[in-house]
Amino acid sequence: MTAAADLASSYELVVIGGGPAGLAAASLAARAGVSTALFDENPGVGGQIYRAITSTPVKDRAVLGEDYWDGAALADEAKASGALIVNGATVWSLDRQRLVGVSIGGKARVIEAGRVIIATGSQERPFPIPGWTLPGVMTVGAAQTVLKAQGLVVCERTVLAGSGPLLWLLAAQTLRAGGKIDAILDTTPRRNWLQAAVHLPDFALSPYFAKGLALLREVRARVPVHRVDRIEAVGADRVREVVFSSAGGTRRLPVDLLLLHQGVVPNVNLANAAGVTHVWNDRQLCFVPVLDADFGSSVPGIAVAGDGAGIAGGTAAAERGRIAAIAAVRALKPDAVVPDTQAIRQRLQREEMGRAFLDWLNRPADGFRMPEGETIACRCEEVTAQQVRETARMGCEGPNQMKAFLRCGMGPCQGRLCGLTVTELIAEERKATPDEVGYYRLRPPVKPITLAELASLPISEAERKAVER
Amino acid sequence: MFKRLAEKGPAIAITVDGKTVNAHAGDTVAAALLAAGIDHCRTTPVTGAPRAPYCLMGVCFDCLVTVDGVGSRQGCLIPVREGMKVETQLGRREAGR
Ligand SMILES: Cc1cc2nc3c(=O)[nH]c(=O)nc-3n(C[C@H](O)[C@@H](O)[C@H](O)COP(=O)(O)OP(=O)(O)OC[C@H]3O[C@@H](n4cnc5c(N)ncnc54)[C@H](O)[C@@H]3O)c2cc1C
Ligand code: FES
Repeated sequence: MTAAADLASSYELVVIGGGPAGLAAASLAARAGVSTALFDENPGVGGQIYRAITSTPVKDRAVLGEDYWDGAALADEAKASGALIVNGATVWSLDRQRLVGVSIGGKARVIEAGRVIIATGSQERPFPIPGWTLPGVMTVGAAQTVLKAQGLVVCERTVLAGSGPLLWLLAAQTLRAGGKIDAILDTTPRRNWLQAAVHLPDFALSPYFAKGLALLREVRARVPVHRVDRIEAVGADRVREVVFSSAGGTRRLPVDLLLLHQGVVPNVNLANAAGVTHVWNDRQLCFVPVLDADFGSSVPGIAVAGDGAGIAGGTAAAERGRIAAIAAVRALKPDAVVPDTQAIRQRLQREEMGRAFLDWLNRPADGFRMPEGETIACRCEEVTAQQVRETARMGCEGPNQMKAFLRCGMGPCQGRLCGLTVTELIAEERKATPDEVGYYRLRPPVKPITLAELASLPISEAERKAVER
Repeated sequence: MFKRLAEKGPAIAITVDGKTVNAHAGDTVAAALLAAGIDHCRTTPVTGAPRAPYCLMGVCFDCLVTVDGVGSRQGCLIPVREGMKVETQLGRREAGR
């Protein structure tokens, strides 16, 4: 295992995140002769899609599916490439000078990077319904993570709620693993079909079309699916019941686990803190970094690849990682031999083709993104939707001011679970666009770092620069 | 809530609030707590409400626990080790310990 002390003081390329984008980028660069370090905070490589690909206890390949096992080749390739791959390594800071603050096993270092590729991927979109902070309410992604990494499968009374491909994938994986799902509450608004339908021909040509239909069929044959437009998790110390309504009335189901999911959004914290410009993407309802054709950001030398650049899926993430790596290699070593980007761009285009359909179809309804009343918007500081709305009506113009009034976004998650909600709530109240309202301005450290870790920093010139700013 | 599939790593014993919990190699602290049926791992600083791991991917921070005396660690990112001492956290009192 690589310790903080083993790291060099600089690398030509630092890749942050070891999902498909990061693994593909690091492999390509290292093989072109660029000194490359990849940091990932998880115990193993793979990112979200290929989580625990080198260690999963789920050996029956049918359970997780062949798309999962595709990740093994990427992991092998990265290992053989000569890139330094460090797991359990949390990057807590990145600045415009490309100084990378990383913490490994309780010890911190600040490393200089010639170029940086941020490949920190996506996270699940906040799903603020009444009761979503109760123990027993988790995300679909969380259930998938423990299935892949620890071989834990949901049992007893489990209900899934929400929309998007990942929900159906986890449902199928759970059933194949012998788990049980009592019901799926489908929150996809029917009218989404109107906007999605025009993109159906493209989607029909994409590899996701047949796979998606097969998944739906597999799950629907075994789990009752209800269309709903309101969901509430109910219980005092933990969730006991899920209450849901649709045009047909209100129903309740007893539950031990309620798994929520309404799509994934870019994980913007590190790029935002490094000063990368982001814009609102109205189709995907999230902020995305502004990038050039090589995934270079507004900050020179820093690229953002993978789903962090806007959601396009795992295969696209790897292709984006390769394109960003080729640009990095060309900048660092103009004479190095790199693959032809044209072929990669064509593959990427094919991957991205069906995306518009999926995005429009699965666009979460307003009520599930912009809650009302006592529903918690900021989980850390327990700030309600009503508080945010009232404060916006009183004249608070944006999320950064909102922090000062309500402390929302100031807890340990640093706005990851409330940022989009707060932006959209303010925008709705002030009749402004999310772009006008903006997002939290983030500053390093983007992950909490202890005083002991800071104290462990070896002090050199570069490192002093990083801390005094 | 969760059951373990047949294939699992070698057993690893940790303690949670002083009680022995049987985990397996490859578990994170949060996964071990879930597998043991432990319902919550902390209470919130503001209202003292119970919280349990929510995202298991490092973004929500609801899995914060004290690990071997160090407070506010993300249980979903830390692999279990034999003899590890995990303590649930009560609100603000222990934050930043
Ligand atoms: C919970 C979850 C489960 C998913 N499961 C699937 C699936 O089964 N199938 C599918 O097609 N798509 C899935 N997705 C969608 C996902 O976005 C994929 O398209 C794909 O994993 C994206 O690849 P990536 O390389 O961009 O990033 P990711 O695979 O997300 O990898 C990013 C990596 O960066 C690391 N990281 C983040 N921040 C830091 C930091 N500060 N310091 C160090 N490391 C950091 C993370 O630990 C992670 O390993 C999932 C998404 C989520 C959120
Ligand atoms: S469970 Fe969300 S950060 Fe650990």
